[in-house]
Amino acid sequence: MSQPAMRPPIESGCPDGFQYMHPVMRRNFGAWKYHEHPRPGVLLHVSEFGEKIWTVKAGTQRILDVFTLRKLCDIGDEYADGYVRFTIRSNIEYMIDAEEKVEPLINALEEAGFIVGGTRNSVSMISHTQGWLHCDIPGTDASGVVKAMMDELIDEFRNHNMPNRVHITTSCCQINCGGQGDIAINVQHTKPPKINHDLVANVCERPSVVARCPVAAIRPALVNGKPSLEVDEKKCICCGACYPPCPPMQINDAEHTKFAIWVGGNHSNARGKPTFQKLVASGIPNNPPRWPEATAIVKRILKVYQEDGQDWERINDWIERIGWPAFFEKTGLPFTRYHIENWRGARNTLNASTHIRF
Amino acid sequence: MANQHHPTPMLDELENGPWPSFISGIKRLRDDHPDDRIKNVTNDLLGQLEHSYETRKGYWKGGTVSVFGYGSGIIPRFSEVSKAFPESREFHTVRVQPPAGNFYSTAMLRQLGDSWEKYGSGLITFHGQTGNAMFIGVNTTNTQGFFDEINEYGWDLGGAGPCVRTGMSCVGAARCEQSCTNEQRAHRTLLNRFTDDVHRPSLPYKFKFKVSGCPNDCVNAIERSDFAVIGTWRDEIKIDQEEVKNFVAEYGRDKVHLDVINRCPSKCMTLNEDNTLHIEDSNCVRCMHCINVMTKALSPGDDKGVSILVGGKRTLKIGDLMGTVIVPFMKLETEEDYQGLVELAENIIDFWAENGLEHERCGEMIERIGLVNFLKGMGLEADPNMVNHPRQSSYIRMDDYDEAAENYLRQKMEQRQAAAG
Repeated sequence: MSQPAMRPPIESGCPDGFQYMHPVMRRNFGAWKYHEHPRPGVLLHVSEFGEKIWTVKAGTQRILDVFTLRKLCDIGDEYADGYVRFTIRSNIEYMIDAEEKVEPLINALEEAGFIVGGTRNSVSMISHTQGWLHCDIPGTDASGVVKAMMDELIDEFRNHNMPNRVHITTSCCQINCGGQGDIAINVQHTKPPKINHDLVANVCERPSVVARCPVAAIRPALVNGKPSLEVDEKKCICCGACYPPCPPMQINDAEHTKFAIWVGGNHSNARGKPTFQKLVASGIPNNPPRWPEATAIVKRILKVYQEDGQDWERINDWIERIGWPAFFEKTGLPFTRYHIENWRGARNTLNASTHIRF
Repeated sequence: MANQHHPTPMLDELENGPWPSFISGIKRLRDDHPDDRIKNVTNDLLGQLEHSYETRKGYWKGGTVSVFGYGSGIIPRFSEVSKAFPESREFHTVRVQPPAGNFYSTAMLRQLGDSWEKYGSGLITFHGQTGNAMFIGVNTTNTQGFFDEINEYGWDLGGAGPCVRTGMSCVGAARCEQSCTNEQRAHRTLLNRFTDDVHRPSLPYKFKFKVSGCPNDCVNAIERSDFAVIGTWRDEIKIDQEEVKNFVAEYGRDKVHLDVINRCPSKCMTLNEDNTLHIEDSNCVRCMHCINVMTKALSPGDDKGVSILVGGKRTLKIGDLMGTVIVPFMKLETEEDYQGLVELAENIIDFWAENGLEHERCGEMIERIGLVNFLKGMGLEADPNMVNHPRQSSYIRMDDYDEAAENYLRQKMEQRQAAAG
């Protein structure tokens, strides 16, 4: 095959967004006055000049094939005005300038198999990572976990049944590219890496691998006469940080790579300051193709939150009000010594008071 | 001729249920696409994915692939099981920078889809967790062709590796009344100043910019970016008292107390007897909660600007970090204001490039050297808005305390004089 011509790149960087905005948005940029939620999945924004724009939000499979992309475009051309945007949770949003376009657009999306919703106090689309489909270090397949979970949470996506919005995330390894969430379903490794000593010397830059370990459990060693690395398995926290720079240190294991569930991550500054998520369950099997055990725990947490949370409380606000003992009591999840922090700043997470609910 | 289909009994289970199925989408490419290349690539992709589901392992390895002139932007993937699945042996992702706020016309999406189909697998994600449009699955040879084609009509690659990464911004002023800044301009000004650092990885590790128009922080900038720009305001919240009365009439005083007044974190609100609202603005922390609830009655003030927080990141290596306030407020309106923002980013990246260890994020460096040393490097003065509370430990040398105290008081006086005109 012939080599492609060596064409110097045009370093245009980030493109101008205004060219892709609905004209109503361009005209009213920076001049919006207020918004309303006419129905789940729909937002109405009204500008200082009285112009209105309706947004219809829909969930998709996120990994789009070109046929699906074109279907979304067809709907945009026929029922909307040819402008879309994507939310950071990969929902698609159509913007339209007339109320009578809302209903036909919703119908067209639903008929084509897309799910309208994800606004306000719903459970929005689960933000997720690449997984077995494309990542080089994944412990699971986030796309599959999310598909299986959204099948069961679809009514919560379509409706406004929660005390406040719920952002769920998943991650295929402990680096946690999925980020913080009201609920996070993340891979948790439970055994040290298995090292293929024949390959380490040729594949891995050993000093950087040693430096990568958060607990200094890796040291250079000669194994069977070859330069390699060894892991102090008593010190090892099984985080998998050594695996990306050194693939012969395989951390993923069909049996011992598990899921952990975390709750109370919240990026917003609304009410309290942003919060990190906290561990509530672990040891959950990584069970393809539909991961029913993880979904069951997520649904259990959501049910208690829905019943017990007050309006506008995010999951972290709710737990702050009722206290962690009540959270474990109400959800029936076990609290163990593994839930007690021992990382940096651990002491600040302990209860140094007699604030105890009986 | 397309190859025989790999059996996919486990993946088939993901075609059940009401949520749209990515497996059905990949199968459509395998079964219905006119190009045999795409049929074969997606068939082997499904075969490898099924193998992953059966064995609970991933089978992609990284490598080195880029386009002419760049050192990043492509995530190389080579299959470890290419003997069984040869057609998807090379399955790289092309990271493409979207506009701030992720706006597209359908015409542009079609054009991108058409280009992608010529060279790649036909699979696209809008967007990855960093914020790139992800064109998933192209072989090494076709990578350059795809890039050349979309680069000609206005698209450029994002970052990958130890470099400035693609930025992310909320929908912002384009469609949100809560926006306090021009996210489009802040995002584009910052990112396009560092185009060279996006395309040629030469930093200690990744560096991310994110812009949220208000403290609701819809793009998770504080936790997910090294440099978070958050819109805010410093004058009074705007109150439409007639709309307050309408809101109270609709929901009742008790509900307004429960949902709004009592949820104010600094307890700066009172519901008056006549159903109007009083806000003690000097004690408002700009949390957005009341504005989120009473969308018609309340809105951010007019003296808008941004807060800058630095050092947010995820778990690796020392644990999760939120960004830290280093600029409590700056105006972002004039050319000079934007120039100041860019200079701040330049100073931070230069200082971190100089002082950061390999694979150490900016926030981790600040953790290691202390915020005070970082501020010194930036030429920024300490400000009580940077901390939750002053130090609790007496273990510190106080050599130049008197001078620092004098400086602080002098600056305060100068600020008061400037404010008084």
